[in-house]
Amino acid sequence: MLEFPRWKYVLVTLVIVTGLLFALPNLFGEDPALQVERKSRAPMDDFARQSIEDLLHKQNVVIKRDYIDGGRLILAFNDVASQLKARDTVDATLADVDRSALANASRAPSWMRKIGLKAMPLGLDLRGGLYLLYQVDLQGAVGQLLESYEQSFRRALIEAKLPFSDITTIGTSGGGVANGLRVALAAGADSDAVIEALKKVDPTLKFTSSNDAAGAAVDMLLTPAQIKAREDYALEQNRTTLTNRVNELGVSEPIVQRQGLDRILVQLPGVQNSAEVKDLLGKVATLELRLADTQDNPMQAQQGGHAPLGTKLYKREDGSPILLKREVIVTGDELTSATSTTSTEGPAVSIKLDARGADSMLRTTRLNVGKPMAVVYIEKSRRQVEVNGQKVDRDTSSEKVINVATIRGVFGPQFQVTGLTSGEARDLSLMLRSGSLAAPIEVVQERAIGPSLGQDNIDKGVRALEIGMLAVFVFMALYYHVFGLVADVVLLANVILLTALLSMLHAVLSLPGIAGIILTVGIAVDANVLIYERIREELRNGVSPQAAVRAGFDKAFSAIADSNVTALIAGLALWVIGTGAIRSFAIVLTLGIATSMFSSLLGSRALITLIYGGRRKVARLSIG
Amino acid sequence: MEFFHRATSFPFMSTRKVWYGLSIVLILISLASLATRGLNLGVDFTGGVTVQATFPAAANRDAVITALTAAGYADPQVTIFGSSRELAIRLPPTKLSTAEVRGKIEQILHGIDAGATIQQVEVVGPQIGGELQRSAVQALIATLLLIFGYIALRFHTWRLSLGAILAVLHDPILVLGTFSLTRTTFDLTVVAAMLAVIGYSLNDTVVVFDRIRERFHAGRRLDPVAVLDQSINQTLSRTIMTKVVTLIVVVALYALGGPVLRGFSEALIIGILAGTYSSIYISSAVALDCGLKAEHLLATAVKKPLDDLP
Repeated sequence: MLEFPRWKYVLVTLVIVTGLLFALPNLFGEDPALQVERKSRAPMDDFARQSIEDLLHKQNVVIKRDYIDGGRLILAFNDVASQLKARDTVDATLADVDRSALANASRAPSWMRKIGLKAMPLGLDLRGGLYLLYQVDLQGAVGQLLESYEQSFRRALIEAKLPFSDITTIGTSGGGVANGLRVALAAGADSDAVIEALKKVDPTLKFTSSNDAAGAAVDMLLTPAQIKAREDYALEQNRTTLTNRVNELGVSEPIVQRQGLDRILVQLPGVQNSAEVKDLLGKVATLELRLADTQDNPMQAQQGGHAPLGTKLYKREDGSPILLKREVIVTGDELTSATSTTSTEGPAVSIKLDARGADSMLRTTRLNVGKPMAVVYIEKSRRQVEVNGQKVDRDTSSEKVINVATIRGVFGPQFQVTGLTSGEARDLSLMLRSGSLAAPIEVVQERAIGPSLGQDNIDKGVRALEIGMLAVFVFMALYYHVFGLVADVVLLANVILLTALLSMLHAVLSLPGIAGIILTVGIAVDANVLIYERIREELRNGVSPQAAVRAGFDKAFSAIADSNVTALIAGLALWVIGTGAIRSFAIVLTLGIATSMFSSLLGSRALITLIYGGRRKVARLSIG
Repeated sequence: MEFFHRATSFPFMSTRKVWYGLSIVLILISLASLATRGLNLGVDFTGGVTVQATFPAAANRDAVITALTAAGYADPQVTIFGSSRELAIRLPPTKLSTAEVRGKIEQILHGIDAGATIQQVEVVGPQIGGELQRSAVQALIATLLLIFGYIALRFHTWRLSLGAILAVLHDPILVLGTFSLTRTTFDLTVVAAMLAVIGYSLNDTVVVFDRIRERFHAGRRLDPVAVLDQSINQTLSRTIMTKVVTLIVVVALYALGGPVLRGFSEALIIGILAGTYSSIYISSAVALDCGLKAEHLLATAVKKPLDDLP
């Protein structure tokens, strides 16, 4: 009798069934689709869905099926032609309120989607698209911080009536990289008083006084923690900016993520025109705070075509006109941070200003409590235009009023903008941050993969997987007979489990990932071979069949465990160090080792016990 | 079906001098080629531009080179890969975007054949290249160190550890040597394959060592040469079987996976072949020549019993 505890059978069955369930959505394939969302971020409802359906029906576009997923309307079509026609129709009619993006919709039945079962997303190498790697200039970010401190220092010293001869940047970390400021003092100045005054700018700064041949000076060096914080802020900031702009592009399932210490990766599936995209992503934006004009009528100004003296005509986001005072209270350069928070009056954006901005804010608000103040968002972009056959760079800028709020009190370096919905608060803080604070970025790597190459890669990868698996299956069955068939079932289960795990983790499937699955098939055989060879050996030594099976599994265990540990080490090293496609290979390899241990040690034993265990005595094992 | 119907008894150890010689020669050739010819580093490591294009009929490589040179690209590298209709063009680093590169190359290719289409354009900045080279080397060193650590922990005698380490080093050197000799493009995917090879190369060695330990348990007075030969012979069937199956899938990958995975699967094939050889001939032989005896393993076996069974 061979025995295998009942709870292990239950465990194996449960794992396999769960695995099947999670792996299943990958089998259905995808339809070309259009994803439509509200620019206001409000979720789509059935009414909106109905009106878009009607709109498309009028244009004779056949919708295969549609559904609302995560507040977005997904429309699936039979072919790419319908998809493109639908996009054009939606864009032509609803561009003001909706944003559409070409997408792919899984053909899996809707109940799967509803309980959260999703197919693995495909990497760019498998579906085409644009890959951009941006380098963030972190030194530039620290430089900006020092510049802002320098201005604050000057102001503080002038206000405190402490004479100084100059403020310069200094670097102690080598390589000419600035990480501090030196305030050169005038002869006979009191350095303690200077430090006292400068401390008021920012109490967290560290000052030291020095006195050498060049004269007396006060030095401020940023601590490594302060530099790190600034760099993190700049990086996170730029990531947010890029995310926002990518969302504006109308691309489905874009990826924007930090990579390494100073890089941001942007992946745009389906996008081909890199020049246009880089242009949009690389644009510089800033903002201004101005008082709104409450005396004149903006409609009149708009009709008359000129603004009253001392004012300037702007447009709000909804297109309505508004008059603002000419004087700028605060510019984007004076902003040091903007975060969305919740105040006693509901959602708000908390803004911090540097000394110059705070000063100006204080003076303005003191005189204007109860009056409206506007936030103007200014976007500059440089694009190439053809003039007389010559390509020239031309800067264009667009300005719009994104928010008008009433001044509730007198405030200085820190204040809140209220009267917003939570979505608006988030957007405003994002826009303020994206506008003025981003450190310079530069594209260091880009790859444009054509859509047909993607399909070609899928076809090749899948064919290699099919042929490779088939060959292994046939070979194992020929070599180990019934035991070989058991190994085949276990191998199949292993691929299913691996696919399920990858789907659960939403791991992106790339060509090296498929290679990893194929390699795992080859490797997973090893555990079975170790067990079977051991069983054969026991049989040759004259052990009874059932005892041979037991001994085979038991004695092979240490070899299986040992040999998998080394492969696991290599897989983990790749996982930690690799990026992109290499990481996707590493994830597959590492998870594949785990699933193959499970399926060959438990799965195979369960099956073999099922086949040979019940009988009292087995005359012969079909093991080749 | 069985590779070896009866238990085999090949005298592996007595011929070990021959295999040492062979390995040393192969390693010397590899190192010499690496030192003189270097590696044909891919665009991931050097920075630069690659363009992948498909022609409606067989591509005329010389015409493409001539056209590119005429257009002012000095020394363009053009290779035919995948099928005869597919070309890979490699150009030095540029400030242009992929769209601009695509436009220029498309124009040149259309001068040769209007049906030519560009499948992929990649532009890698030079700073990325240097960084990836460093991180690839770091990954290799980290993996080797971790595996050495594991070996030292696992095989309590330094004799087995040394054998395993030499076998582990042996394989990636041969992979590098082959890539250097054949001028095959060495890119990031090849590094990934090499790390996988390092992981798997040890696999067989561990299985053989496991058996050696078991054999010494059976008889303390056994002659080490006989024990090592028996251990290798007893695991031979498994070693070959596993490698054959892994090779089947990797060859499928090589033949069907397309040009992107060509270098990757090539590195795996060489690595798996080298790994099989080194675990059979090198790792145990080195341990033997370092004077491996039963007591080295038995002493430790008393301290730490064999792994718990499931």
